[in-house]
Amino acid sequence: MKAKDFDTSYKPSWCPGCGNFGMQIAMKNALVELGLKPENVLIVYGIGCSGNGANFTKTYVWHSLHGRSLPTAVGAKLANKDLKVIVMAGDGDGYGEGMGHFIHALRGNADITYVTHNNKLYSLTTGQAAPTSDKGTKTKSTPDGLIEVSANPMALALSAGCSFVSRGFAGDADHLKELFKSAIKHEGFSLVDVFQPCVTFNKINTFKFYFDRLYKLEEKAGYKSTDIYQAMKEALVWGNKIPYGLFYKKQRDTYGSNLPQLQGKALVKRPMKVKDIKALAKEFA
Amino acid sequence: MKTKNNLSWKVCGEAGFGIKSAGMMFGKIFMRAGYEIFDYTEYPSLIRGGHNTFQLIVDTRPVNSVTKSIDILVALNQNTISENLDEVAPGGVLIFDKEKVKVSPAKLQNRKIKGLGLPLTTMAKEAGNPLMRNVVAIGASMDLVGQNLTIANRVVTQNFKRKGKKIVDQNIKALKLGYDFAKENFQGEAICHLPTIEKKDNILITANESLALGTLAAGLNFYVAYPMTPSSSILHYLASIAEKAGIVVKHAEDEIAVLNMALGAAHVGARAMVATSGGGFALMVETLGLAGMTETPIVMVDVQRGGPATGLPTWTEQGDLQFILKAAPGEVQRIVLAPGDAVEAYELGTQAHNLAETYQLPVIILSDKFIAEGNTTMPLPSVAKVKIKRGKLLTQAQLNKIKEYRRYKVTEDGISPRALPGMKKGLYIANSDEHDPYGFSEESSENRIAQADKRARKLESFAKNLPEPLVYGNPKAKNTVVIWGSSKGVVLDAYAHLEAKYKKKIKILQLQYIWPFPAKFVSKVLEASKNTLLIETNQAGQLGQLIAQETGIMIKNKLLKYDGRPFFREEITKALKKF
Repeated sequence: MKAKDFDTSYKPSWCPGCGNFGMQIAMKNALVELGLKPENVLIVYGIGCSGNGANFTKTYVWHSLHGRSLPTAVGAKLANKDLKVIVMAGDGDGYGEGMGHFIHALRGNADITYVTHNNKLYSLTTGQAAPTSDKGTKTKSTPDGLIEVSANPMALALSAGCSFVSRGFAGDADHLKELFKSAIKHEGFSLVDVFQPCVTFNKINTFKFYFDRLYKLEEKAGYKSTDIYQAMKEALVWGNKIPYGLFYKKQRDTYGSNLPQLQGKALVKRPMKVKDIKALAKEFA
Repeated sequence: MKTKNNLSWKVCGEAGFGIKSAGMMFGKIFMRAGYEIFDYTEYPSLIRGGHNTFQLIVDTRPVNSVTKSIDILVALNQNTISENLDEVAPGGVLIFDKEKVKVSPAKLQNRKIKGLGLPLTTMAKEAGNPLMRNVVAIGASMDLVGQNLTIANRVVTQNFKRKGKKIVDQNIKALKLGYDFAKENFQGEAICHLPTIEKKDNILITANESLALGTLAAGLNFYVAYPMTPSSSILHYLASIAEKAGIVVKHAEDEIAVLNMALGAAHVGARAMVATSGGGFALMVETLGLAGMTETPIVMVDVQRGGPATGLPTWTEQGDLQFILKAAPGEVQRIVLAPGDAVEAYELGTQAHNLAETYQLPVIILSDKFIAEGNTTMPLPSVAKVKIKRGKLLTQAQLNKIKEYRRYKVTEDGISPRALPGMKKGLYIANSDEHDPYGFSEESSENRIAQADKRARKLESFAKNLPEPLVYGNPKAKNTVVIWGSSKGVVLDAYAHLEAKYKKKIKILQLQYIWPFPAKFVSKVLEASKNTLLIETNQAGQLGQLIAQETGIMIKNKLLKYDGRPFFREEITKALKKF
């Protein structure tokens, strides 16, 4: 397989220079290097600029509703554990309408990968403030500056039991590809929140903004990604320096792995036949 | 001794008094004795206190309704006297805890009610636990209806077996104390005679549980829900047998997650179902549209309660029909089924996934609290007629033969071949956006029209195979009663007890497959009808509105009830006699 085997005939509709391009090629290369076949991958897309990627990747695809991609992915994975299930959501999509699902999916630790295209704005709807926008951000919906402080996906994920917490950057495609590979290989819920500059609407969090500030946790002396306290400390860092890479990883039971009825064959690969319910019905006698 | 062979028995008290468990045991005793049972419970939405009631009808013929009048009322608290004494029929009996409940003998005499006061608290303590007042009262009731304790002892033993021999013995003692007390102290005739008749292969079950069994028989393997009265017992039941039945049961974080999760499972090939009540269904509405757009088979259950908003959480209503018919932005094809009782809930349960997969759309089952929480006797269900029909679901071999697979291929019957993720050569986008036959987003007018028409044709294809509405009574009668859902039980029960001179004047039309609407059949029946009476438990007459919309026939004569209570048999009898 080559990356272009995951291309469709559909021409991407993203703006020239959009961080989504880098993310997409990193994901396709990750799938190739992991030896995954298109038919064994289900990508669930949210709604937003990231969601438009549904048309540009040749795998099985579910193009979901705004904010609702995670529960769909969990349902698909539980019913067919043989599929690699990846979610591509936006920050507005996933941390706005989808915030409740995010926290609960983390608790459950289903074996799926959650990639958020974090441009700190709602871009497809022309640049309103997102849950990830910083306090004071001026947009069409917040002309006097955003009143709320920004949501912190890393800290939220750590506190909600996420077993793989990471941050990538669309401007560092090689690193991102490796992060995607580790995330997909991880057994359990893996989060890759990706800084993905919006070249059209976000004039602050640009590629340069991140190049000037980002440092890799993998290169930080003494950093242990198995230590949740160190991870939480890094998750709270925001300012002149911003960390990225793998914050935290810890193996724990995945949702379904401890259900006796899900051992053996995937649920949907068992024969679909009439079930004799007589014994069950007799319990009502 | 009177020969009356049916009984209306009711036990009342605070939540926490074991009202429901007493009622369930009483029902099982008479089911085992060969009788038909229906029960009805009223309870406020709280855990302790309040006023709970459990009413049971015992009859020799199948029964799916309750009467307003009570033959035996068991009062475990004072409230019962003020709330329920008026329901006792002349000649009926009040069994009460004379240590907790005061009632004036004159009041009873005026109403021709016989009183049987027992020191229930002392007797329950003597048996070993003051909580067993309910069981002592069952014992006393047994004597009053001419049934000995043989079956009661067996039911109590089975009921408490898992709590150990000591508890079983205490309960058996409580039964005997009550029974003996009634035998020695009750003045007057027993009010009915219900000896053991014959052994039937019946079960005592609610429509929630029988629906669950029906869907299981037809291959349900993925159930997701968020608790909401009165749908929760489906979740409780399926969760309790999930491991044994080899199915996934997931309690998700909210109803939006519920339906999206179920769609994820259905998309990859599971037979998935969700159940909720009206408020939860409202949260699912956007996702219902997604099921329509992606053409994903799904079974959704709305167990209606009094709405809107939190409404009447523990009461019954048929208020969601018009909402269910159109719920979702845009135009979404769906099939709507309305079971009238537990037997129909089982049968429609066995059909629902077949329809969902054949036509690749949401199938909605509309039930309500009255049948969903009322236990009824029904024959042990059989799977002999159950079939698995998966419609145009492709096998890998079939898919291999297709040169260029199109998931949303425009076809004559509107139904397109379906591949499942994991299959080779079947890649496609299940797309929330309008899409072309491959699933790619496509907004051209030609494509939009082709896809919208294709989706609409699926329902037209089903309409050609639509089962006809059900007709009861005299098919030649000029008077027609129109019903749907849980009104079936009370209307048919009232009808069965009518004298022949009334019976021959009436036919009853029940709409079970409600959408797509069987317009031709209904028009024919109603056009031939001289007097038509619509019976529904909602304020607006929603089925009447639907009939007007689909046939142009306005039914002016309506019997509507929307106080959260079901129709009692007396109300229907009165209406039927007016013909």
